[in-house]
Amino acid sequence: MTNHWVDIKNADLILIMGGNAAEAHPCGFKWVVEAKANRKARLVVVDPRFTRSAAVSDFYAPIRSGSDIAFLGGVIHYLLLNDKIHHDYVKAFTNASFLINDSFSFTDGLFSGYKADKRSYDAATWQYQLDEQGFAKVDDTLQNPSCVFQIMKRHYARYTPEVVNQITGTPQADFLKICEMIAETAVPDRVMTICYALGWTQHTVGTQNIRTMAMIQLLLGNMGRAGGGVNALRGHANVQGITDQCLYSEVLPGYLGAPTDADKTREEYLAKRTPKPLRPNQMNYAQNFPKWHTSLMKAWYGKAATAENGFCYDWLPKKDAAYDVLALFERMYQGKLNGFICQGFNPLASAPHKVKIDAALAKLKFLVVIDPLATETAEFWKHYDEFNPVDSAKIQTEVFRLPSTCFAEQDGTFTNSSRVIQWHWKGADGPGESMSDTDIIGGLFVKLRALYAKEGGALPEPVLGLAWPYRIATQPSPEELAMEISGKALADVADPKDATKILAKAGEQLAGFAQLRDDGSTAAGNWIYCGMWSQTGNLTARRDPADPTGLGQSLGWGFAWPANRRILYNRAACDLSGKPWDASRAVIAWDGSKWGGNDIPDMRPDAKPDEAVMPFIMNPEGVARLFAFERLLDGPLPEHYEPFETPLDANPLHPNNPQALSNPAARVYPGDLEALGKASEFPYVASTYRLVEHFHFWTKHSVLNAITQPQQFIEISEELAREKGISNGHRVRVRSKRGQLVAVAVVTKRIRSLTVNGRKTHLVGIPFHWGFRGATHPGYITNVLTPFIGDANSQTPEFKTFLVNIEKA
Amino acid sequence: MINVTRRQFLKITAAGLGSSSLALLGFSPEPALAELRNYKLARTTETRNTCPYCSVSCGVLLYSLGDRSKNVKSEIIHIEGDPDNPVNRGTLCPKGAGLLDMIHSADRLKYPEVREPGTTEWKRISWDEALDRVAKHLKADRDANFIKTNDAGVTVNRWNTTGFLASSAASNEAGYLSHKVLRGLGNIALDTQARI
Repeated sequence: MTNHWVDIKNADLILIMGGNAAEAHPCGFKWVVEAKANRKARLVVVDPRFTRSAAVSDFYAPIRSGSDIAFLGGVIHYLLLNDKIHHDYVKAFTNASFLINDSFSFTDGLFSGYKADKRSYDAATWQYQLDEQGFAKVDDTLQNPSCVFQIMKRHYARYTPEVVNQITGTPQADFLKICEMIAETAVPDRVMTICYALGWTQHTVGTQNIRTMAMIQLLLGNMGRAGGGVNALRGHANVQGITDQCLYSEVLPGYLGAPTDADKTREEYLAKRTPKPLRPNQMNYAQNFPKWHTSLMKAWYGKAATAENGFCYDWLPKKDAAYDVLALFERMYQGKLNGFICQGFNPLASAPHKVKIDAALAKLKFLVVIDPLATETAEFWKHYDEFNPVDSAKIQTEVFRLPSTCFAEQDGTFTNSSRVIQWHWKGADGPGESMSDTDIIGGLFVKLRALYAKEGGALPEPVLGLAWPYRIATQPSPEELAMEISGKALADVADPKDATKILAKAGEQLAGFAQLRDDGSTAAGNWIYCGMWSQTGNLTARRDPADPTGLGQSLGWGFAWPANRRILYNRAACDLSGKPWDASRAVIAWDGSKWGGNDIPDMRPDAKPDEAVMPFIMNPEGVARLFAFERLLDGPLPEHYEPFETPLDANPLHPNNPQALSNPAARVYPGDLEALGKASEFPYVASTYRLVEHFHFWTKHSVLNAITQPQQFIEISEELAREKGISNGHRVRVRSKRGQLVAVAVVTKRIRSLTVNGRKTHLVGIPFHWGFRGATHPGYITNVLTPFIGDANSQTPEFKTFLVNIEKA
Repeated sequence: MINVTRRQFLKITAAGLGSSSLALLGFSPEPALAELRNYKLARTTETRNTCPYCSVSCGVLLYSLGDRSKNVKSEIIHIEGDPDNPVNRGTLCPKGAGLLDMIHSADRLKYPEVREPGTTEWKRISWDEALDRVAKHLKADRDANFIKTNDAGVTVNRWNTTGFLASSAASNEAGYLSHKVLRGLGNIALDTQARI
């Protein structure tokens, strides 16, 4: 979230789209109710189903699953056509005025630079026009046809209400009503927030779904504002924290791009990731990359990391290819992986195309599952009737199942969706011989290190040289690790403006990332968490809920990254002179000498407003990007593409270009295209989702939750039920190109058919919480149905839209 | 009635229910004694924790039997929302309301086990044997497949034949340590639930 849970109460309009907070995040959703009750805020829900969030909304509109960009692109068109934008904000704080390379184009569904054979783009033509000093050229009148504003206007001119209706199935009147409500927040004293979740990410256009909304929030001037922002309501209690620790091949802790084969030396690596400013006077905060990276190397390799050896740069593995979940299972399926460790992750249930995952796991030599619970993954080799029809004797994988403790049985921090890092305390030991994840990883590493010390082996140096300062080597403590993540001074750290002033003495914990250095004098395991355990102690354990202004910031509760800031980009909550756009919801303000107020300023504290230092400090141009010249692999502006399994024969926006049917830059593995179904055989759109009574594949092991939702079911509309002769309670078979399941049918008014591109389109709703282990009745893993294809940028699988057929079982 | 916070209330009522403390709460002792039963949480230890389900990360209070003294085994007997937490303010949802049954689920794993190739059952093993065998597998695979330089002669020092999927339910500290160890071994075949 750019903002935070409690801040939702400050909104005037709340849009829930691509999520269902009332069921998936009930205790956070109460802040929506609070806004409705106390501010007379209105709630709008757009969803393929009439969800429980919709049930308490002021306005609900249905939409075809997988067509969100068409809807949101239509909103952008409406705002621009009717001049419902926050002009001063857009002009000053976004790149609307920036000039783009004249050779940029968008033709027949493809941006310039498309390489069909590689299914990828060369972004060379998407760049800013630069002047002699290397700064981006701008046109403050926004009239130049090459400026972002004009390009955007042309791009979305196609998204008329008629086209929106044709693609999304949303009735035109409903769509226009929502446009009007959204447009009302273009004025400085009205703010909208958007709450989304996996209903936006789990598509092959997932990243661009979110980007389209971010553009709307920028046009309305709602970013950086109390009650505004773009708010991802995330999954597990620590999914944000694990994202921040970056257990991804492509990044190191704190989102530092990991080295690839192209980064031959440390100097080349750092130079590529340390941007130069693209406009005068901007903070260009990412220029500090070398400080963050060097401090990480010192935390990992300790004394072994020296200036002479490039702080052990060569010890870091270089990335040569994709290793996301889909890529890993593809490699496993191709026999390129020998071993696999699943730590608290149940991919047989939660990865797409279960049949392929089963086959992949069976090719492993060894599998290690670390989990508090008996997961399906750990028993992929075991026959469970129709739910897991395998022949154990043929599976030669050696499987280890290691019991770990759960949240209640360990100390440590979780980071919530608001980016607030909170310490939790152990209430009891885990059952039997279960051990904490840190003790398991610590114990395993110490054994490995001993083997390398004794026998040698492939490049033993980094294994033997890894900094391991823990008092009990096999049991690194949560306190020791939290302090290592936060960071400390290895030598005295002096004030860069006054060398006689020591900010942190050698051995002290650092106060924040501004104290990090690139000369090896500081160590921090994750720069964005720097300061969470400062010299004053463990700030994540703070428990002061005080909220003196009533805005809900609670700055003394836990520690929010970065720098305990609760609302990101909060400089944008003020006009150019530093005065809040809305005094009743002031976040920060310029007091004549410095920035301050009800949050940690997201701005250099002494940056005078007339210096024009812009709020988006991580971008080298200082402003937000309506047009993204980098980082997105599938285009600088969001465009509607059909899901990979679509009920339509062509993209209504590009009916004559089959290349532009679905995301042209999404990765497709050999064999997976053939495993996609056609509407002729599988005529119904399906979507998987959660129920309020269950959490993923965990709570089926909990008796109380199993009692409340014991049995697997699917949901269909009354109309589809009539067509297929299905009644409430009938058992039905749901088939996709990849597999099938049998479940009880619930016939409901909550789902209705939509007319899309002139054709009636039905939805089959599939809650996904069952499996072959647990306290519920056994059920099918719903991912037996889903396709093995992901978003072009994030590779998040397309769980939310695929095609099925349905019949009475 | 004087202002007493919830926690002070528990403390006062736990302090033996003497007439002076009851009077402090504004009750007259005689009828109050007739009303009160032995409150089940009065003798428990309260621990602050976080619900592990969604990312609202509701504050929870764990109530356990046992006073944390040496050789006393604690047992969690009740869980409820933490009223001090600024986000959930004491509430829990239908998922979180079942937390106690999750902790005490019959499907909790208690011992390290192995399923040998081709067999149909689990076999209990010791932690020492489990970690020894896994460490040997990892080392054998790393030593056999470690790539020091690529075809162009660039130092790449990577190991990509054993994969690792990290949990979104683990603490930051566990996630960080796992990341440090994996990169330390040169492993790049790592990913996490957070992507999905």
